[in-house]
Amino acid sequence: MKSLYKSAAILAVLVVVALGLLSTGVHVNAAAEGKVSGTIKLEGTAPHMRPIDMSKDPTCAKQHPTPARLENVVTGPSGGLANVVVYISQGLPASAAAIVPSKPIVWDQKGCMYQPHVAGMDVGQQLQVVNSDPTTHNIHPLPQMGGGNIGWNKSQPQGSPPFNTSWKSEEVAIPVKCNIHPWMHGYMVVVKGPYGVSDTSGSFTLDNVPPGTYTLTAWHETYGTQTQKVTVAAGKPATASFTFKAK
Amino acid sequence: MRTRSTTWSLLLAVAVVLAFSAACWAQVTQYDEDQRMNMESHIGKLTGHAKDGAPLYKRFCIGCHGPIGDGEGENAQWIDPKPRNFTLGIFKCRSTPTGTLPTDEDLYNTIGRGLVSSNMPRWFPLTDQDRADLIAYVKHFSPRFAKEKPGAALEIPPEPPVTAERVQAGQQVFKRVECWKCHGVEGRANGPSSDTLTDDFNRPIKPFNFHDETRFKCGETDRDLYRIFMTGLDGTPMPSFGDNIKPDEAWDLVMYLRSLQPMNTPEKAIAKKLGLKPINPNAPAAQSETK
Repeated sequence: MKSLYKSAAILAVLVVVALGLLSTGVHVNAAAEGKVSGTIKLEGTAPHMRPIDMSKDPTCAKQHPTPARLENVVTGPSGGLANVVVYISQGLPASAAAIVPSKPIVWDQKGCMYQPHVAGMDVGQQLQVVNSDPTTHNIHPLPQMGGGNIGWNKSQPQGSPPFNTSWKSEEVAIPVKCNIHPWMHGYMVVVKGPYGVSDTSGSFTLDNVPPGTYTLTAWHETYGTQTQKVTVAAGKPATASFTFKAK
Repeated sequence: MRTRSTTWSLLLAVAVVLAFSAACWAQVTQYDEDQRMNMESHIGKLTGHAKDGAPLYKRFCIGCHGPIGDGEGENAQWIDPKPRNFTLGIFKCRSTPTGTLPTDEDLYNTIGRGLVSSNMPRWFPLTDQDRADLIAYVKHFSPRFAKEKPGAALEIPPEPPVTAERVQAGQQVFKRVECWKCHGVEGRANGPSSDTLTDDFNRPIKPFNFHDETRFKCGETDRDLYRIFMTGLDGTPMPSFGDNIKPDEAWDLVMYLRSLQPMNTPEKAIAKKLGLKPINPNAPAAQSETK
């Protein structure tokens, strides 16, 4: 019997020590928060993006004296590739992955185009859907069927107030369309932890990255994904660049 | 003469055969023995049980909806629109908000009514208990029914009496939320966006034609019509307007839509008396549509 008590005591001590270690792991040292930034380039000639015929809806066509173009590939003057979502796909501690920014992501319908065309967001982060157009839109996200996110379809007539929603599950990426305006396409990229979306110069930044070694993934709607290992040290921002090849 | 190696080979062969059949058996019966076979349905005082619905499903439903409820029954290749894939938990005919599960009563009514302009017949001839059992079995196909609760059912206020003011107000709602973009200004399903519509499975789909058709996919009464545009038809281009149309306006819209249909309704008589013309999408908002 004595040995049983002894084993129980040792076990209890081990449990307390383990919990103690775990709790120290949870504490995130804000002073040491790091950054990952970089540039994304498209090598080769960018494909020609066709102009969009909006004549079926004069209120849309009127907003574009020069026709808007499809946005499957958007590049800048120096070969930067825009609308690439960069996020940490491996190595992020659970505590950092659970952080959800309080600032909502605004998804606007303007000029009968989605602004932004590609939005990054965290699981549970507020998404505010706005209709800035003088016409009715319907917002129809189409997440993977049978997956963790459930699709919906809401109308938003001219002058309607914005509405808020969020996504329950990681998904790269959720296509969004408007049934009334068939040329309208966008993507909502739902991840956990820090993320960045590149602009036309190709630059992106991930903020609030705790020190560590991670796998970084860059996703583009036409060119797919690329990964890279990156190490973030306390007070030392890391850089990572990606190059996609035009087909 | 049997050597030791042949004995071992024989034993190995027997073991492999047994393991294979065990795996196959597990594959086939795992689905039936799944926890979800305890699924129940509750409609009023009725309680349905998936276990009792199973033999009914195999008799009445399996041909189109398939053995695992994914809409890939042997008849599916010949029919259009395609049978529903129950494994996704996405349904057109609901009293609940878009993106949420239907109530048991929604499913019960859908089976009874059938779906107009489709191969889904009316199953009213089945007993109430049979229908309740079938609903429980239909629910068991999707893990969503085990994990999620249905959305909050839409509250439909009592229908007010039909008046000329309401039919005209309904036309203004039709204009404001731009139903005509798909349904057309006379409801002939020929709006500017009508020919590019696709459903969630990327299949071409047509909007409802109010000018020619008398019954809707999800019912035939005024209340059914109210419910359809307030909750939307999930899986299709038809969105939910519940956030943008107030209950009183919704009844006005129902009455205007009735005036577009080919039946001899009070609404149609009122529209004729008023000389109500189809809306002009290009006219400024303030212009009225009567002579």
